Amino acid sequence: MRKEPVKIKEVEAPVRSGNFEEVILGYSEEEALREAARCLQCKNPLCSSGCPVGIDIKTFIHKITQKDYAGACSTIRQKNNFPSICGRVCPAEYQCRKACVLTKRGERFATPEAINIHFLERFAGDYGMNNPANRQSGAKCIDAKAKKVAIVGSGPAGICCAGELARAGIKVVVYEGLHKLGGVLRYGIPPFRLPRNILDYEIESLKKMGVDFVPNFIVGRNKSVDELLKEFSAVFLGLGAGIPSFLGIKGENLCNIYSANEFLTRVNLMSAYKFPKAHTPVNIGKSMVIIGGGNTAMDAARCALRLQKMNGLNPDTTVLYRRSEVELPARRLEIEHAKEEGIKFKLLVKPEEFLGDEKGFVRKLRCLQCELGEPDASGRRKPIEIPGSGFEVDCDIAVVAIGLNANEILTKVTPALKVDKYGDVVVDENTMETSIKNVFAGGDIVGGEGTVIEAMGMAKRAAKSIIEKLCNQR
Amino acid sequence: MSIKILEKKILADVLGSKIVQIKVPAKDVAAYAKAGQFIVLMVAEEGERIPLTIAGVDKDKTAITIIFQEAGLTTRLLGKLEPGDSLYALAGPLGHPTEIGENEDVFIIGGGVGIAEIYPVACAFKAKGNRVTTILGARTKELLILEEELKKVSDNFYITTDDGTYGQKGFVTDVLKNLLAAKKPCNLVYAVGPIPMMRKVSETTKPFSVKTLVSLNALMVDATGMCGCCRVSVGGKTRFSCVDGPEFDAHEVDWDELIKRNKIYCDKEQHICKLSFK
Ligand code: SF4
Ligand code: FES
Repeated sequence: MRKEPVKIKEVEAPVRSGNFEEVILGYSEEEALREAARCLQCKNPLCSSGCPVGIDIKTFIHKITQKDYAGACSTIRQKNNFPSICGRVCPAEYQCRKACVLTKRGERFATPEAINIHFLERFAGDYGMNNPANRQSGAKCIDAKAKKVAIVGSGPAGICCAGELARAGIKVVVYEGLHKLGGVLRYGIPPFRLPRNILDYEIESLKKMGVDFVPNFIVGRNKSVDELLKEFSAVFLGLGAGIPSFLGIKGENLCNIYSANEFLTRVNLMSAYKFPKAHTPVNIGKSMVIIGGGNTAMDAARCALRLQKMNGLNPDTTVLYRRSEVELPARRLEIEHAKEEGIKFKLLVKPEEFLGDEKGFVRKLRCLQCELGEPDASGRRKPIEIPGSGFEVDCDIAVVAIGLNANEILTKVTPALKVDKYGDVVVDENTMETSIKNVFAGGDIVGGEGTVIEAMGMAKRAAKSIIEKLCNQR
Repeated sequence: MSIKILEKKILADVLGSKIVQIKVPAKDVAAYAKAGQFIVLMVAEEGERIPLTIAGVDKDKTAITIIFQEAGLTTRLLGKLEPGDSLYALAGPLGHPTEIGENEDVFIIGGGVGIAEIYPVACAFKAKGNRVTTILGARTKELLILEEELKKVSDNFYITTDDGTYGQKGFVTDVLKNLLAAKKPCNLVYAVGPIPMMRKVSETTKPFSVKTLVSLNALMVDATGMCGCCRVSVGGKTRFSCVDGPEFDAHEVDWDELIKRNKIYCDKEQHICKLSFK
């Protein structure tokens, strides 16, 4: 008889949706042991092939079963410096858990039987955080000390690259345009998914490894890439995807229509949920409508509903998405959490026009019903509007969460840097080197919008080539 | 790195309007700043990020001057700081620099605290050998700032006050209209001030088909193109003021939309000001 998967403890929906505290409480030691014991320790484990950075999952789970938690943590850290972060934000059901032999084949995402690898990773990561041991350092190259590398952006790609280089004994300076560090981990992901003390801890650990951080510094506006190359042996660009897409429909510039980036930045980075204690405001309305179906849309919806409750409004937050539920690109866990918290989903709906009042504030959203047609280039069935199906929904606040375009603040002023038609930086896939010698790139600025761990995967590849390059040039 | 205020000067303080000038160390900004660009700053960790124009860069390029009018919460908190007090954060230069042509006739118009923003622009035009006509407008004499400084870089110089306490009684647009009607040569009108003023300037120059630039004060958060808070409609297209601007063709700006969008947080602003300054 197969053992049942060990459920993770969560704060109950009615309680958690009234604050910004962490939702998932994590495994206790006993629970982690029980879950780890379910792992078959496959001879040819498939799970690792699903991990963008190739964590040795089988081994770290084995170490957990042996109660060697520190060992489990360092096994993960060999490939991934931030287990406490990734264990919380990785879409495991599309990655390692989907690859795990226990999952049902042919499904779009992992089924519940799959080992809860991400929760075990989080357990091991948090153990390491609470029981700090000496961090393993990587192979040091002899001359590394004399070399300095500049990293642009302190998001997932930037901090991952910084960690890899620092472990190899290379001096790293990370430049960040905003006043706080962490990039999308700070401004995008809400504290109830990634508590700030965890992010702070990881950044502090990098500082302890000798990484310097310079906030409020906008490469391209302050120093240029050329200037950095004069001071540093190499430069890594982890700029992130920057510019929010809008729908391009009528009425979109009415007041109280936010991009997800703006809404989340106000709430997460600027702590608008603490207004007036924090000074940055965010508006909250009776009917909040989130447009889009990705993780960002779920984050925005869950923030919106929390803000409604915290401000004494009846929770009324709706996610509008133009396809059906299976096509929602968000993590299944986030969708479930959102539903439990009371977020409504209106599927197969296409926004047509925002309607406002005389003061210019949005009040209604006119939509069309859709049905699914043939699969499109992405392999997902294409939504087709049903003529004459128009209807209106109440909408006092809208958050447009339909994706991001490349951030051009640096690429525009760096003409030698080759970009593709989307404005993404072109790199050599193996070395991650850009068209400028000794300038590397990774993360969303290369791949378009991806996950935290994909960004880290690219950053690691870049770090590897930087280390090789620097160690070879004497 | 602490950003300690080096100097502070009250430029005007009448009728509940206070215009303050501060100098802060900012070598990374000063080394790259050009006329027309701005910075964002935060007074405290829990504070807002607000954009303010760079009014000047000191000679050895280690500090910048900022001029602001106390209006909302953040500018009022900023106004309370004294030399030696620190800002929490400051980043820039942001936005496109003003394009400075050569050998042209340029009319530069500043209203209220907007005069602080046109000063570096006027200097830059003058330095390139352009003929600069400056028109300043203020509600009343005591609120007029940088008069002497601007006079020095102007070939022609006009002042208007709403109440007639100084210069010509009336608005900057009265002077502007007369000059254009008199066929004074003009290649470019550059105006910064309250929205109604910029809009009137735009309406005044339109019949004369004179190229007119305005520097818009849209609301901002990150000011690096990341959020879209600062979006404005220009020529029917959505543009982000922080990275596509802050200067835009005045004749193409959707002024009604800008006015409405700048009032998004009026209620919240009043609320927090009431709490903070009883
Ligand atoms: S996690 Fe799944 S695939 Fe990996 S070793 Fe365990 S049972 Fe096998
Ligand atoms: S202020 Fe955020 S994009 Fe301009």
